[in-house]
Amino acid sequence: MTPALLRVEELVAGYGKPVVGPVSLTLEPGEVVGLWGANGSGKSTLLNAIAEQADILSGRIRRAPALTLAYQAQHPVRLATLPLTGAEFLRYADASSTGMPAALQRGLRRRIDRLSGGEYQLLCVWAALAGHAELVLLDEPTNNLDPERETLLVEMLAPGRAAPGVAVRATRARRAVLVVSHTRAFLERVCSRVIEITGC
Amino acid sequence: MLALLFDPLFRLPLITGVLIALSLPLIGALLMLREEWLAAFGLAHLAAASALLGLAIGIPAVLGGLLGAVAGGAFKFLTQARGNLVYGFMVLLGWSALGLIAANTTLGAALGHALIEGQLYFAGLLEVAAAALLAVITLIMLPRLMPALIRARLFPTHELANRLPRHRWHLRFDLLAALAMAIGTATIGLMGAFALVLVPAWIAFRVAPGWRWTLALCALCGCGGYLLAYLLALRLDQPFGPLLVAVLLGFAALAAAVPCARRPL
Repeated sequence: MTPALLRVEELVAGYGKPVVGPVSLTLEPGEVVGLWGANGSGKSTLLNAIAEQADILSGRIRRAPALTLAYQAQHPVRLATLPLTGAEFLRYADASSTGMPAALQRGLRRRIDRLSGGEYQLLCVWAALAGHAELVLLDEPTNNLDPERETLLVEMLAPGRAAPGVAVRATRARRAVLVVSHTRAFLERVCSRVIEITGC
Repeated sequence: MLALLFDPLFRLPLITGVLIALSLPLIGALLMLREEWLAAFGLAHLAAASALLGLAIGIPAVLGGLLGAVAGGAFKFLTQARGNLVYGFMVLLGWSALGLIAANTTLGAALGHALIEGQLYFAGLLEVAAAALLAVITLIMLPRLMPALIRARLFPTHELANRLPRHRWHLRFDLLAALAMAIGTATIGLMGAFALVLVPAWIAFRVAPGWRWTLALCALCGCGGYLLAYLLALRLDQPFGPLLVAVLLGFAALAAAVPCARRPL
């Protein structure tokens, strides 16, 4: 039996005081799991707790040994001026462009500070998905996306997309994704199961 | 005019300046990336004040400056201060100390003023050695530090989320920046060193199509600006520091005239 990548047990998390929980969930290798809930229900806080950015007030989070993690925050860091091409961005993210949708590849030679909000959002998501992380946390990845780009995102999240090398292919087969969104329809398109989150 | 470049009298100052003009703009690119360009100004002020204090007790300016700048870099790291605010206070502290040391030692205000404008023409073997050391350390450390610093800037949660040790890169870079500003200030002066950190990086960030070009443009602007200012200062008998700043500002004005692509909505 393959061990779970992540086990969240009766977790209550927040920032000094509780925001979300108690929540329990298990993430198996290869799964794409959605976290859905109303605004303020604590979905992002749960991701933050898994990524060690929020306080664990009770319960616990158990990671698989030496688990590698990529965390795409709701608002990715975007400097007003940064002369880094899309390809350089991927290189510094330790991610590959192999298998990248053609529409995204157009941004590889352009400076990331000159990409549109949607283009940059997709590039960030791709960087998280096409790297070596076994667990990818995506917080509201549909931000800034028009319907056309949202379809691209759905394609990117499909299992088996992009397989640059043997090592990365092996990681990708094992990789699990935890996606937070307030859009239930989007989660149902990309996730194998959706968990509803309610606040404390 | 080019013969001045090969005059034995000016050889050591020339080599010292070239090494510094190559190193400081590369460090400036990373300071710009971290939005901490004021670091150069703060550290330069501390370096100038401690260089002057060192001279008062018989220590060469380049060594005295190093102590002040490294102390500033270490203080910033230990207090985990980020952003430009801490450097603003360093500017005030350094400026205040510089004026008070100049007024209360036998060195006088003239030497304090010289540190602000630079003493490049008095560069000797010690200054060449310090500049060469800076260039070598920069070339060795930057390829290792740069990916970590860029990653830390773009993906600030990565280290914590993956339970990796934090800040080791930041300390090394803070100390490198301090070393660079100390050596730069003690040779080409406070304003010249600050301009070499700020202006080439600003130009490159504005016009470069990618990061490799950014580094190349930084080195080119820094070195080209330095050589042009050096020649003009000798030829026209002008003070080097202000002329270097003027040349770099001229480059910046040219870069500002280049139309830049705007971010689409």
